[in-house]
Amino acid sequence: MTITLNDYLMVSGLLFAIGFGGVLLRRNIIIIFMCLELMLNAANLSLVAFSRFNVGADGLPNYNAQVLVFFIITVAAAEVSVGLAIIVALFRARATTHVEDIASLKF
Amino acid sequence: MSPILFYLFAMMTLVFGVAVVANRNPVASALSLVVSFLGLAALFVGLDAFFIGVIQILVYAGAVMVLFLFIIMLLDLKAETRRKLNPIAYAGGGAVALAFAAELSIVLQRFAPGHAPFPELPAGVKVDDVRAIGTTLFSTHNLPFQVVGVLILVATIGVVILSRRELK
Repeated sequence: MTITLNDYLMVSGLLFAIGFGGVLLRRNIIIIFMCLELMLNAANLSLVAFSRFNVGADGLPNYNAQVLVFFIITVAAAEVSVGLAIIVALFRARATTHVEDIASLKF
Repeated sequence: MSPILFYLFAMMTLVFGVAVVANRNPVASALSLVVSFLGLAALFVGLDAFFIGVIQILVYAGAVMVLFLFIIMLLDLKAETRRKLNPIAYAGGGAVALAFAAELSIVLQRFAPGHAPFPELPAGVKVDDVRAIGTTLFSTHNLPFQVVGVLILVATIGVVILSRRELK
C-alpha cells in the first residue's frame, strides 16, 4: 500500500474542516484566531503535496508551489502580529475576548 | 514516506487539531496547536520539502505560537466559564464543517489523478530544495518577494501604532 496524493489532500481537507468548525463553534477570539492558522496550514499542506506530485522535466518537485508556501507563511506571521495587537487593543477597551460581548456592529 | 509514518503524523496533526477546538483552556489549545504544527512539519519533510518543514517549525511552532502564548499570558485568560450555548448555532456550525468534509471526500474519490502514487525522484539526484527555492524566489518571484518585505514593514509599524496606550 502506497500513499497517494489523495491521502495528503484528505488530511489537508480534514484539517481545514477542523479549523473551519473551530471558527464557527468557538466563542473565544484567540481560539478563533488559532483556528484560522490551522486553515492556512491546511492550504500549505495541499500546496506542498501538489508540488511533490507535479514533478518537472528534471524529475524534481515544482518549487514554485513551495515559494508560494513561503509567502503564505510570511504573510500569516505578519497577520498574526497585527491580529494579536488588535486583540490586545480590544481587550484594553472592552476587557473581554468573548465574541458575544463584542456586538456593537451587530445589526 | 512510509505509510506507517504518514498515518502516525497525519493522526498527530488531526487529533491535536481537534484538541485545539475542544480544549476550554486557551493555553492547552495553544500547546495542542504547536504539536499539530510539528506533525504537519513532519508531513512536509516526508514530501521532500525540507526547507518548508524547517521554517514551519521555526516560524509557526516557534515564533507565532510563542506570540500567542505571550498574549494569553498578558491578557491573563482563564479557562472559559460555561455559558448558555445556542444549540441551533452549534448544530449548524458542526453540520457545515461535517458537510464540507463529506463533500471533500466525495470529490477526492472521483479525482482520478490523485489515485496514482507519487512519482519517484530520479536516482542519484540530491534534493537541494533550499537552493532551488532561493533561486526561484530571487529570480522568478523577485517582485512579490520585495512586496512581502514592504508588507512586513507595514505590519511592524501597524503593531506599534495599535499597541500605543492612546489611540489617536
